[in-house]
Amino acid sequence: MPKQTVPILKQEEKVFQNLEGQDDWSLAGYKKRGGYKGLKKLLTTDRIKHIEKMKESALRGRGGAGFPTGMKWSFMPDPAKTGKPSYLVCNADEGEPGTCKDRDILRYDPHTLVEGMIIGCYTLAAKTGYIYVRGEYYDESSRLQQAINEAYEAGFLGKNIQGTGVDVDIHVHLGAGAYICGEETALLESLEGKKGQPRLKPPFPAGYGLYGCPTTINNVETIAQVPPILKNKLEWWTQHGRPNNHGTKIFSISGSVNRPINVEAPMSIPLKELIETYAEGVIGGWKNLQAVIPGGSSTPMLNKGEAGKVLMDFDGLREYGTGLGTAAVIVMNQDVDVLRVMTRISAFYKHESCGQCTPCREGVGWVYTLMKRLSNGEGTVEELEQLQKLTKKIEGHTICAFADGAMWPVQGTLRCFKDEFERRIEAKEEVA
Amino acid sequence: MTTVAITPMNEQQHTGQTPKTLGLNLVWDKAEKAKVKSVLAKYPKGRERSATIPLLKLAQDKCGGWLPVDAMQLVADTVNEPYIRVYEVATFYTMFNLKPVGKFHVQVCTNCACLIRGSDGVTKAVKDIAGVDSSGATSKDGTFTFTEVECLGACVAAPMMQIGTHYFTHLTEEKTKDILNHLKEGGDPLKYADTPNAASDPLHNGDYEEHV
Repeated sequence: MPKQTVPILKQEEKVFQNLEGQDDWSLAGYKKRGGYKGLKKLLTTDRIKHIEKMKESALRGRGGAGFPTGMKWSFMPDPAKTGKPSYLVCNADEGEPGTCKDRDILRYDPHTLVEGMIIGCYTLAAKTGYIYVRGEYYDESSRLQQAINEAYEAGFLGKNIQGTGVDVDIHVHLGAGAYICGEETALLESLEGKKGQPRLKPPFPAGYGLYGCPTTINNVETIAQVPPILKNKLEWWTQHGRPNNHGTKIFSISGSVNRPINVEAPMSIPLKELIETYAEGVIGGWKNLQAVIPGGSSTPMLNKGEAGKVLMDFDGLREYGTGLGTAAVIVMNQDVDVLRVMTRISAFYKHESCGQCTPCREGVGWVYTLMKRLSNGEGTVEELEQLQKLTKKIEGHTICAFADGAMWPVQGTLRCFKDEFERRIEAKEEVA
Repeated sequence: MTTVAITPMNEQQHTGQTPKTLGLNLVWDKAEKAKVKSVLAKYPKGRERSATIPLLKLAQDKCGGWLPVDAMQLVADTVNEPYIRVYEVATFYTMFNLKPVGKFHVQVCTNCACLIRGSDGVTKAVKDIAGVDSSGATSKDGTFTFTEVECLGACVAAPMMQIGTHYFTHLTEEKTKDILNHLKEGGDPLKYADTPNAASDPLHNGDYEEHV
């Protein structure tokens, strides 16, 4: 059952206090909001302690997969033993349809990321960090670059930060328009100047990452959440959300709502409360709701009944056969042609397949063709069955999770709207 | 070791396919050289190839928004890689244009969030003003190129489009027409662009950090 949550976070409970851009984004503004306070202490604390605290916080990656950050960090070998440099790479290649949280972090609160990169690099014993920003975010990356320049001038970056003996350099690297580069190994390939085609795992990036060196890749939001988690008492973080899903999270609420918004809210908040409290409700009221995509285009949709009950966290959404993903909530009311939207999403995956694995390269195109045909009522009822089977032949048969993410929304549509497909097919047959 | 016989290409295959055929003899100018240097400095020694994407972007800007083969050759020479290594990157990423584009490259997002909130109207407005009927087409006078693109990550401000580096959000059919007409008449894009209006905004206060 949905539990009662605190709907509106107080300013001091937020990681991103300037997410809406109401305040000064620059170093002065960030410092006024408490930024960089306690940085020196963190850089002189044993880095193993930081990893332990990250594990205790149960922070799970905010980029989609939800892998525990502390555990990921603990995989990094000691550079003294490997004899190789370590790298921290920030994934700012935000491209999952519906997701737009990192853009607002980059342009309104870039120092949260910069401070996170400093502490992250120290904790992982990396002297260099790269922030891979999608190429379209040029204006936003300009803002980030200014924030980095400010941090260098203030002595928060570079050699011997604040006299602690810690050296960290951060570079911004712009991509050039490829959704697949959000996949961590494709991102590394791209950062090395190649086509963004995912690598086979193992070896995992912690052993063999950027330039063959130990590398950790984290999402923008994840890295930015690290400093406040380490600076505050553990309860500051764990007071929100259910066990194993703690903390706060930025939800991007778009589509048929009265006020589309990026908002930081407690984890495990009921979806209905999230939409009604922050996005001023569904256009035409909750009764006018048709379906909700809960976590970006890759996550299967929920019907109205499910959307009224589900809790927004990793485990809550899993119970309904979907996922939190990037927490990009796309709301569709009765005025939306859901099948057209889902066909458009299939077209997206067709366009973005990197072409490396045959089931994906060939399969997503076929799925799109079938979706287009069936949503226009042009197919047969047997083809619905065929489409379902096809998705199962593609899912799980490729190097990376892209194909899985391309098939889940189709499976979700077939689950929730099979009758609508059938209705359209019948309507077409009657006309003929 | 086996040797591969290379047959000479005919004239048609040759045109536009092989570097240096255009005979442009492109070189970086002084300002570009400084940028090339600062880009290369981001990566460890021996990893110059990492600069491929940023340098392709620089080359594309140099050539008016697209990449002729000579520009790709210039990048290849700069990062000490064979031409094909650069060419395969240029063809992989959607932001690299392998044929010329108009003065304003209008990229309209038509993915889910924008579609739900009316990207059809935006698309229609762009097609009407530019006088084109399909994605990838350029208006006759060379002012606008219209491209339908995938999610640009401004979903809570949908529908939206990108022209140059700027985002234009919360669009309607009418607003889209106003923006395109404004640009056509030489107006300042910042009048409509979705950039923060605070005084600290780099686009307005002159501190815009040009970087690659």
